[in-house]
Amino acid sequence: MALKMVKGSIDRMFDKNLQDLVRGIRNHKEDEAKYISQCIDEIKQELKQDNIAVKANAVCKLTYLQMLGYDISWAAFNIIEVMSASKFTFKRIGYLAASQSFHEGTDVIMLTTNQIRKDLSSPSQYDTGVALTGLSCFVTPDLARDLANDIMTLMSHTKPYIRKKAVLIMYKVFLKYPESLRPAFPRLKEKLEDPDPGVQSAAVNVICELARRNPKNYLSLAPLFFKLMTSSTNNWVLIKIIKLFGALTPLEPRLGKKLIEPLTNLIHSTSAMSLLYECVNTVIAVLISLSSGMPNHSASIQLCVQKLRILIEDSDQNLKYLGLLAMSKILKTHPKSVQSHKDLILQCLDDKDESIRLRALDLLYGMVSKKNLMEIVKKLMTHVDKAEGTTYRDELLTKIIDICSQSNYQYITNFEWYISILVELTRLEGTRHGHLIAAQMLDVAIRVKAIRKFAVSQMSSLLDSAHLLASSTQRNGICEVLYAAAWICGEFSEHLQEPHHTLEAMLRPKVTTLPGHIQAVYVQNVVKLYASILQQKEQAGEAEGAQAVTQLMVDRLPQFVQSADLEVQERASCILQLVKHIQKLQAKDVPVAEEVSALFAGELNPVAPKAQKKVPVPEGLDLDAWINEPLSDSESEDERPRAVFHEEEQRRPKHRPSEADEEELARRREARKQEQANNPFYIKSSPSPQKRYQDTPGVEHIPVVQIDLSVPLKVPGLPMSDQYVKLEEERRHQQKLEKDKRRKKRKEKEKKGKRRHGSLPTESDEDIAPAQQVDIVTEEMPENALPSDEDDKDPNDPYRALDIDLDKPLADSEKLPIQKHRNAETSKSPEKEDVPVAEKKSKKPKKKEKKHKEKGRDKEKKKEKEKKKSPKPRKKKHKKEKEERTKGKKSKKQPPGSEEAAGEAAREPVQNGAPEEEPLPPESSYSLLAENSYIKMTCDVRGSLQEDSQVTVAIVLENRSNSVLKGMELSVLDSLNARMARPQGSSVHDGVPVPFQLPPGVSNEAQFVFTIQSVVTAQKLKGTLSFIAKNDEGATQEKLDFRLHFSCSSYLVTTPCYSDAFAKLLESGDLSMSSVKVDGIQLSFQNLLAKICFHHHFSVVERVDSCASMYSRSIQGHHVCLLVKKGENSVSVDGKCSDPTLLSNLLEEMKATLAKC
Amino acid sequence: MIQAILVFNNHGKPRLVRFYQRFPEEIQQQIVRETFHLVLKRDDNICNFLEGGSLIGGSDYKLIYRHYATLYFVFCVDSSESELGILDLIQVHLPVVFFTAPKVFVETLDKCFENVCELDLIFHMDKVHYILQEVVMGGMVLETNMNEIVAQIEAQNRLEKSEGGLSAAPARAVSAVKNINLPEIPRNINIGDLNIKVPNLSQFV
Repeated sequence: MALKMVKGSIDRMFDKNLQDLVRGIRNHKEDEAKYISQCIDEIKQELKQDNIAVKANAVCKLTYLQMLGYDISWAAFNIIEVMSASKFTFKRIGYLAASQSFHEGTDVIMLTTNQIRKDLSSPSQYDTGVALTGLSCFVTPDLARDLANDIMTLMSHTKPYIRKKAVLIMYKVFLKYPESLRPAFPRLKEKLEDPDPGVQSAAVNVICELARRNPKNYLSLAPLFFKLMTSSTNNWVLIKIIKLFGALTPLEPRLGKKLIEPLTNLIHSTSAMSLLYECVNTVIAVLISLSSGMPNHSASIQLCVQKLRILIEDSDQNLKYLGLLAMSKILKTHPKSVQSHKDLILQCLDDKDESIRLRALDLLYGMVSKKNLMEIVKKLMTHVDKAEGTTYRDELLTKIIDICSQSNYQYITNFEWYISILVELTRLEGTRHGHLIAAQMLDVAIRVKAIRKFAVSQMSSLLDSAHLLASSTQRNGICEVLYAAAWICGEFSEHLQEPHHTLEAMLRPKVTTLPGHIQAVYVQNVVKLYASILQQKEQAGEAEGAQAVTQLMVDRLPQFVQSADLEVQERASCILQLVKHIQKLQAKDVPVAEEVSALFAGELNPVAPKAQKKVPVPEGLDLDAWINEPLSDSESEDERPRAVFHEEEQRRPKHRPSEADEEELARRREARKQEQANNPFYIKSSPSPQKRYQDTPGVEHIPVVQIDLSVPLKVPGLPMSDQYVKLEEERRHQQKLEKDKRRKKRKEKEKKGKRRHGSLPTESDEDIAPAQQVDIVTEEMPENALPSDEDDKDPNDPYRALDIDLDKPLADSEKLPIQKHRNAETSKSPEKEDVPVAEKKSKKPKKKEKKHKEKGRDKEKKKEKEKKKSPKPRKKKHKKEKEERTKGKKSKKQPPGSEEAAGEAAREPVQNGAPEEEPLPPESSYSLLAENSYIKMTCDVRGSLQEDSQVTVAIVLENRSNSVLKGMELSVLDSLNARMARPQGSSVHDGVPVPFQLPPGVSNEAQFVFTIQSVVTAQKLKGTLSFIAKNDEGATQEKLDFRLHFSCSSYLVTTPCYSDAFAKLLESGDLSMSSVKVDGIQLSFQNLLAKICFHHHFSVVERVDSCASMYSRSIQGHHVCLLVKKGENSVSVDGKCSDPTLLSNLLEEMKATLAKC
Repeated sequence: MIQAILVFNNHGKPRLVRFYQRFPEEIQQQIVRETFHLVLKRDDNICNFLEGGSLIGGSDYKLIYRHYATLYFVFCVDSSESELGILDLIQVHLPVVFFTAPKVFVETLDKCFENVCELDLIFHMDKVHYILQEVVMGGMVLETNMNEIVAQIEAQNRLEKSEGGLSAAPARAVSAVKNINLPEIPRNINIGDLNIKVPNLSQFV
């Protein structure tokens, strides 16, 4: 014994304490890991000691090692030992270690419950405090449930030190154990008015956190908070409350109106910037929510902007940053008031702090006007030159392009200027946005006719300059602009000053270092150039010159023929042969220029990305039906990259001389069809019919249109479709003309003859999209540029939409609501992570509360749906809008008190996809099991997520005879896969008694539990019900055989699933897929879904039109996802499931159900 | 909510890591590293807000930091916290911000360690945690009144002293002796020897 004690104290003397450990680690910089592992060994030894001080010391060192990234979960039990030490010193160490390392997965954590409870009720406030602090970090649902009550009583502790900690920890308890919220809330509310400011602040803190997630439920507290706001002097509390109001105002506009005054007072009076800033923020939120309602808030905006200006002008970078951040919020709703501070924001562009410059850039977007655009961009360009980091420079670049191109180049008054800006931007080395510049160049050159000459000259010098070629290594690098340059020079070669020079530039050997897709464009456009040079030379009668050019081509093209890129190679060899042929002809003195340039005759017009989609399908035309069985696979190539779009475009017109009579057309049509079948690029690249219509005058446009539609159909010479197309085209043409005229007249009126570039040849059909674009070039920008954009949005006129790409402005307006929502969603994460699992865990008493929560969430979901809907297809807009409106009204009208009911109502359709209006025919889930003259058995099989691998079979026994049935016993022959749960001690062969008797005419239900091994296949069990039928005449032993059918659906349990979780599930990629299709279904989609929900235990996740996603979960946790689509007469069900067998069986069952419909 | 409080030095060595949301140790280290690289790039005279790193949270989260001598104090907070409030909480040097609440965190450390420097933090990580616990609890700000905070910390320190502290007197004496006289190597050998011998001894007992 003595020795042991000696040993103990000697050990103790040489134990390292935390400081020694730290020092040791610092002294072992070279072999830190080795040293630490040595220390851990020592710590393990120390933890084996009985002395609690030694253990505490060891645990303290472990806490340090944990910070360095070492896992100390192995010492969890020792940590608990130290936590339970009686001395505060040790206890504190233990709780600290626990708070750093314990989490829900720590299994020994359940051992702490009683210890913590003891500490909570300890007479020493610091023991209690330390326990509360520790618990706040590692509270689990179990701990929360068990300790909620103890903590609640602590909320009224005499010591404010304990009270404030108890109040604060309640938030964590609510998160883990939501059921506690309702009971604890009254007390929490009380604490808002606690005499101690610390406790009050804690209560505000907790309620603000709660309200942030679910503002609606806390609207009723608004008056109380309002009182607090006007009375409290604690800035920390004020900030929290004001932030909370910011979240509440969107829900209750009346609140916002009330808030404005006290907030403005605070803004005027406070000296604390943090408080001022939050006040301004909330005022902005109020103003946004009121933006339509109240006319007289310009003073408030002015005040906000003015205060923000003070922040931005401040020398403190933080204030500057926040000021700009808040400013951008105002910009969205009140751009005018921000615009007056343009000077300041431009100043911020010069700031040394990149984050501030970026914020200022965001604001610039809303600052530009026609007047100042050039000035602003000039400024940005100087920044581009100065910027060091590529990320900031790239950001600048995209911003410049964004600003200039916004609202369809609304603010650009001089396109020559814009082109030169773009050309200047190409000097940026190492940018990732070469393709952006290229796209802009193309866009402008194509859409603004008047600029082409200038653009071409700029582009040819670009092609000539070497610096771009040098950077060809980087993908998406600046060399991308060569793509645009080459194309523009080729396509508009008639504007070139020195075509020969440009041609040579494009044929330089260095070009072969460019990426393949750019080379391909080079090759194609070299030919265009060549064609125009040839024409010039021939017209000038320089036969030799023409031959020299041909020779140049023949000499240089082979370098492309050798390219590794297939596209380049193919085009090059094709063209090389062509040129060689021309050479032969030239040798014979045959004039060729005419024919060569015919290859590229015709002009291109910009086509809206959605143009193809907008071409309406003529009546009676089913695009999906095969007319002839498919032989060629030309469809598969539909998805050509857009990039090559433009070159392909002009291939076709080459076969179309400008004059053609009907007869010839007919002949050609045949030929063309042949050709089109072999032209893989056909469908995508064809511009929409009326587009082409505009610039190809006369009869010629008709065949073009015919092709457009007839090819996708692959009708070999069907006059019918041609007719359709012709008619359709005629109609469109007419429409177009009328509209154009109307539009033009209007425009002209507005412009009052100011238009300079009314220079377009005639007022005929030529004047459509391009005409407008040219107008843009003139200094007088028509004010009606926007109105005409709106015209295009008109849902009744899909054609207008073809003209202009509205993507950018739209994208902005679309993004905002979605993003906002996403934020809200992610912030929900604590319990949202995996809903199905959470469901599984929940025990019965929890359910009620959980439902309550879900309701809230569902409401949000629903809202989200509504939001999502709005920017969707235009066709159905009217209908949907109406729906939305009514829905919106519904949810708004409800006073805060009736939330529950609203939740209930909102929940219904989403959750179980139950019909919204349509009543369903009543159905029973009980199916007939067996019957005879005595008894009828119907049964229903139910799974439950609570019990793994168990299903309950509920059998309704109905006595049909006039005897009393008693002594009923159910015996089932177990299979390998399914066994009936029998009372303890009974053998497999024993039957299970039915716990009741049945008098004549009475029915009752008995439940039997079966354990299932594998749920992936359906199965049948044979069984017998034996009973004694007793009547006046005596008793007889009877029996009834039955077959119990366990379908796969019966293993599914209706489980709600949220669309995000659902999407995650689908993305996870662990699910296998399969599908079925059932024809001849007349049932409404609504009822159909209801049937699936009812019979197969699915729940609807989301439903859009005649398409719905559904979810269910097997008792063994297989996820089953369905996508149900309803066609005209058929229903297709695509399924994904973690088990393929289960899925295929399920789909079979579903098919059977649907077939009955 | 405050999601994490990180303190590390100019070289990215963690000095205090306090997460209010569970992350496995490796991830914690990764977050510290990522955060370090984010703030390291920034000059001292630019703003102290950073749109969050990829590991914690997402767009709702911000990093609010202060560079203080050799140390970075980084708070990762969501949008429910006031940026300037948190910045004040860490400590505000700029007189422009007239926030009436006291400059909490670093100043408290200042008071408790007299003149806080990195070494204090290194050797007394536990104490720093105890101070922090009086300011932030479970991710929420518990107290902003500096006098109150200091009073509570002092009371707890007194309590600890009355219990004799973590290391009993003899151990402390030896520790002092070790620190002064014995060079690194003999101490290690001593421990090694003892560890080998002791089991033999106990067998005899």
